[in-house]
Amino acid sequence: MALIKNPFDHDLPPGDARLVHVHLDGEWVEVPAGLNVIEVAHRFGKQIPHYCYHPKLSISGNCRMCLFEMGMPRLGPDRKPILDGDGHPELQWMPRPQIACATTAFPGLGIRTTSTLVESCQKGVMEFLLANHPLDCPICDQAGECKLQEFAFDYGKGRSRFVEDKVRKPKRVDIGPRILLDDERCILCTRCIRFARELAGDDCLGITERGGYNRIAIHPEKRFTSDYSLNTADICPVGALTTKDFRFRMRVWFLKETKSICVDCATGCNVTIGSREGTVHRLTPRVNEAVNSHWMCDQGRLGFHPIHSKHRVLEPARREENGLFPGEWSLLLGQVAEALRKLEPSSLAFLVSARLTNEELFLVRSLRDLLAGESAILTEVVPRKGQADGLLRSDDLNPNSRGARILGIGADGEKLSVLRQRIEEGQLSGLFCLHEDAVAAGLPGELLGSLSVLVWQGILIDQTYERAHWVLPGASFAEKSGSMVNRADRVQRLERAIPAPGRSREDVWILRGLLLALGGEEPGQSGPEVFPKMAATIPAFHGLTWAGLGDQGQPLPVEVR
Amino acid sequence: MAQDGTVQNPTREHRIILRYADLPGYTPDIDCYLQHGGYEQLRKALSMEPAAIVAEVKASGLRGRGGAGFPTGTKWGFIDHAKNRKPVYLLCNADESEPGTFKDRQIIYKDPHQLIEGMIISSFANHAHLAYIYIRGEMARGAKILERALAEARAKNFLGTNILGSGYDLDIFVFRGAGAYICGEETGLIESLEGKRAYPRIKPPYFPAALGLYLCPTIVNNVETLCNVKHIVEMGGAAYARIGSTNNTGTRIWCVSGDVCRPGYFEYDGGAITMGELLYDVCGGIRNGNRLKALIPGGSSAKVLRAGEIYHIRRKNAAGAMEEIEMRLEDLPLDFDTIAASGSMSGSGGIIVMDHTRDMVECLDNLSAFYAHESCGQCTPCREGALWMRKVLDRMTGGKGRPEDPQLLLDLAGQIGGRTICAFGEACSWPVESFVAKFREEFESKAVAEEEKDRLQVTH
Ligand SMILES: Cc1cc2nc3c(=O)[nH]c(=O)nc-3n(C[C@H](O)[C@H](O)[C@H](O)COP(=O)(O)O)c2cc1C
Ligand code: SF4
Ligand code: SF4
Ligand code: SF4
Ligand code: FES
Repeated sequence: MALIKNPFDHDLPPGDARLVHVHLDGEWVEVPAGLNVIEVAHRFGKQIPHYCYHPKLSISGNCRMCLFEMGMPRLGPDRKPILDGDGHPELQWMPRPQIACATTAFPGLGIRTTSTLVESCQKGVMEFLLANHPLDCPICDQAGECKLQEFAFDYGKGRSRFVEDKVRKPKRVDIGPRILLDDERCILCTRCIRFARELAGDDCLGITERGGYNRIAIHPEKRFTSDYSLNTADICPVGALTTKDFRFRMRVWFLKETKSICVDCATGCNVTIGSREGTVHRLTPRVNEAVNSHWMCDQGRLGFHPIHSKHRVLEPARREENGLFPGEWSLLLGQVAEALRKLEPSSLAFLVSARLTNEELFLVRSLRDLLAGESAILTEVVPRKGQADGLLRSDDLNPNSRGARILGIGADGEKLSVLRQRIEEGQLSGLFCLHEDAVAAGLPGELLGSLSVLVWQGILIDQTYERAHWVLPGASFAEKSGSMVNRADRVQRLERAIPAPGRSREDVWILRGLLLALGGEEPGQSGPEVFPKMAATIPAFHGLTWAGLGDQGQPLPVEVR
Repeated sequence: MAQDGTVQNPTREHRIILRYADLPGYTPDIDCYLQHGGYEQLRKALSMEPAAIVAEVKASGLRGRGGAGFPTGTKWGFIDHAKNRKPVYLLCNADESEPGTFKDRQIIYKDPHQLIEGMIISSFANHAHLAYIYIRGEMARGAKILERALAEARAKNFLGTNILGSGYDLDIFVFRGAGAYICGEETGLIESLEGKRAYPRIKPPYFPAALGLYLCPTIVNNVETLCNVKHIVEMGGAAYARIGSTNNTGTRIWCVSGDVCRPGYFEYDGGAITMGELLYDVCGGIRNGNRLKALIPGGSSAKVLRAGEIYHIRRKNAAGAMEEIEMRLEDLPLDFDTIAASGSMSGSGGIIVMDHTRDMVECLDNLSAFYAHESCGQCTPCREGALWMRKVLDRMTGGKGRPEDPQLLLDLAGQIGGRTICAFGEACSWPVESFVAKFREEFESKAVAEEEKDRLQVTH
C-alpha cells in the first residue's frame, strides 16, 4: 500500500478478486474480475490508447480514445451462455464501440483492441483532437513526451483535412505560483480537474465556455496553490500544463534519466532525475505503489535547486591566518586524520546529517569506532521538523532518520543538548560536522572558535564553514549512489545522476580517505561497494543486497525499533 | 367544439392532454382545474397500490414523449423497490429545447395542474418523496406559473405530508436551467440539478434508474409523458392501450413549424393521421402555394425526409406476419414505429417543413450552428466535430465551397455518431448525414459555383 491513499486504483484489483476468462484479441486469457479493460490489455502487452483515463483518478470517459469492440456471451433460450467446443461462451459483438476505461472484466467479456471499427474510431478522435490544436510542438516543453504526438504517430492518419480558422484560446495563463496553463494545447481530458479535486483536495479547476470553445480555467477567486500542483503537469497528456520551473529549460529528449529518490522528507518518494551534462533539470515522480504511488509534493520536486547554487563549496581547503586556502585532497585528508587522531576521543564529537545515506553513516560509524578505541565518541543528528500534510509529506524532513537510528549515529537530536553542554563547559576540543551547520543546529557559534579541531564536510556555505579549520566539499543526493530508510522502514536506493562538481567528492570517497589514513580497513569505494559490508555488520540490514533493493526498494527484513 | 369540451375538428383531432388547454376561459388556477375534475385521479391513485399503478402504465403501452420513445412502464420497472434502500427521485424533464418542439410549454403555461397531478401519481407509483420539475431557463413565466400552481397544490394538501390522509408525503420543486439544450439530456439534467455543469454522464454505469440524482435511483420523464399517467389511471391501462395503434398507444402532440399555411400543435391518436393529412388538411398546405421539398419529422435531430421519397416499411400486419409495403412521405402514419422505419424518428414530435424555395445547405447550416453552440464540449468527437461541421457549412454558404466538402461532412458526421457520451452525438450528426446524402447535388453545387466564380474572375 502506498503511503498516500489514492481515490481509485483501477490498475490494482482487490486481492481476493476471482479470476475470470476474457477473450482478448482472439485468445482466452485469465484476469481478475473487475479489472479495467485498459489494464487487462496492458497486462498482455497491448496498448489501448487513452487520454482521460488515469489509474488513480475517477473515470471520466470524455476523450473517446479508448474505444474498443466489446463482445458478450450469446445467450441461449434458457438465458444461459451458449458454449463452444472448448467450453467457452460464444460471443456476440456489439455494433457500437465501447470505452475501455469504463469497462471492467467479467466472465466471457470479448475485447478487440484492433479492428477496422476500432482503427476508424482512433483515427477519428485523433483527427478531431488535432483540428484545433495549435501544433506548437517546436516550442512546446511536452514535445518528446507528448501523448498527442505519440498517438498521432501511432494511430493518426498523418494529414489533416481541417482548413477552417482554428479556435483561439488563452495562452500562458498563470493559474498558480508554480504552474502555467496553455488552453490552446489542452485536450480537455479533465485529468487536472480530477486530480485537484480528488487527490490534492483543492477543487479549484474547472471548465468554462461551451462546446468547441470549452477551456480549463481556475476559479476566479482562487490560485492553484496546492503543494501537489505540479503533479498535474505530469499527468497532463499534452503541454497544456507546464511547470514554471522547467518551462523552456531543456528539450526532454536530451535529459538523462536516473532512477532515484527524493530527499526532502522521510517519505522518500521515488523520482526520476532528469539531467544533462552535469546539471539536474528536473525531478519527476516515479511510480512506486509501496511509497508515493504516482505522485510527489512540489517542495520535494523543486528541492534540488540548491545543488547548483553559487554557494556550493567546490574546493577542499584549510583555514590559514588570512582565510581558507585550497589544497590537495590527499594532503588535507592526511592533515584531518592526523588532527583527529591527536584528540582525546572523549573530547571529539560528530554532528551528522540524517540526510546522509546509510553507507555514509556506516563509514562515519567506522571512523568513530576506529578513533574511539576503548572510550566513546559522541555522535548525533540534527532533527528537522515540518508539518505532515496527510498526503505524502512527512513531519520529519530528514530523509534518513531511520537509517541514522538503525546505524546508531543519532536519534532525533536527543543528545544535542549534551553536545552543547560539553562545548559550553569546554570539554570538547574537536567537532566534525557532516552536512550540518552546528550554528544552525543551536550550538553556540562563538564557542566554536575555542575548538582546536573543527572539520566541515558539506555542500553549501554556512556559518560553521566560515569557522572551520578544514573544509571537505561533499556531494549532493544527485551526485552519489547509496541507500536510505524511509519512514515506513523501506530501504531505497539513490543513484548517481551527475558527477560531483569541481573538486568536491562523494562523501563515501572522503570518509574512506580518512579511514585509510587512520589505518582502517578498505571499506569500499562507493555506496554500492560499502553496502555488503554494512548489511553483514548491521543486523537490521541482514540479508539485503544492493542489487536486490532494485529500483523499488525493499522493506527492512527484520522489525526494528 | 363538442359538448364535452373536446376539441373536434374535421381532421379528427383528439385532445386528451390538451383537452382544456385552449378552452376559452380555462385558466391555470387550481379552482379552474378542480372544476374540471382535477385531482380526482390523484385520489384514485392514492387508493391503489403503487405497484398496481406501475402495472397499469405497463399495460397502457405508454412510450416516453421526450424523444426516445422508451416504454415508461419498463423504465419504472427498473427500480427494485424490495431491494432499494436509497431515496427515489422523480424528475420532470421540462427543458423542451429541441428546435421545432413547443408542446410541453402549452401544458405548463395553460394547464400546469395536469402535470402536477401526473407527477404526484407517478411519484407515488415510484415511491418517490421528492420530485423536481427541471424547466428550461428561458421559460421564466412558465416557472412562475408552476411555482404558483405548486403552492396552490400544497395549500390543498395535494402535496406535502400525509397527502389527502393517505400517509404519503411528497414535495415538488421547480428548478430553472440556465439555458442550454444539453440540460434536456437526462443525465446532463441530473448533473445540472446537482449544481454542476450539465455534462452528461457515461452509461454504463450511470443509468438514472440505478445511479441518478445524488447517485440514487431516479426516474426522468418528459412533461407530456407524465401528464399521460393521469389519464392512464383514469381509464385504466387496457383502455388507454386501445387508443392509437399497437405499440403507439395514446395520443401524441405534433408541433408543425416552417413553411405551412397554419403552423401549430395538434393532438392525435397514435398513427391516426398521415403526414399528408397533417400538412395539407390540418395545416392548410405549403405556404404561398409552394411545393414541399423536405421535412424533419421529430425535432431538429431527426433525419430529414425528402418529398417524393418512397419508403419500404416493414411492419406486422393484422395477422401478425411481417410484411413490407411501399409508402410515400405523405402516406406515413404519424407514430413512433413507421417514422422510424422510414429511416428517421418521430422523436419529440416537432415537424419542421421546408418548401421548394429553401436552400438545403442554408437550412443545414442553420441547424449546425445550433448544435455547435449547444454541444457541451465534454467528449472529443462532438465537441470538435460539431464546430468543424458548422465551419464547413458556414464556408459553403458563404460562397467558398469546395468539391470535397460534401464527403468531408459525411466523414465527420460518421466519426461522431455512436462514439460519444450522450445521444447529442447522433443529434448533431444525423441532420448532416441525411441532408448531405439526400440533397447531395445541392451541396456539390456550392463548390461548382465557386469554380465558376474563379473562371469568371479570370476572364474579366
Ligand atoms: C441532447 C438531448 C436533449 C434532450 N432534450 C430533451 C428535452 O428537452 N426534453 C425531454 O423531455 N427530453 C429530452 N431528451 C431526452 C431525455 O434524455 C430523456 O430521454 C427523456 O427526458 C426521458 O423522458 P421520456 O421517457 O418521458 O421520454 C434529450 C435527449 C438528448 C440526447
Ligand atoms: S490541462 Fe492537461 S490535464 Fe488538464 S484537461 Fe487540459 S489536457 Fe487534460
Ligand atoms: S513528499 Fe517528501 S519525499 Fe515525497 S516528493 Fe515531497 S518531499 Fe519528496
Ligand atoms: S456527445 Fe456532445 S453533448 Fe454529449 S457529452 Fe459529448 S460533447 Fe457533450
Ligand atoms: S480513456 Fe476512455 S474515454 Fe478517455
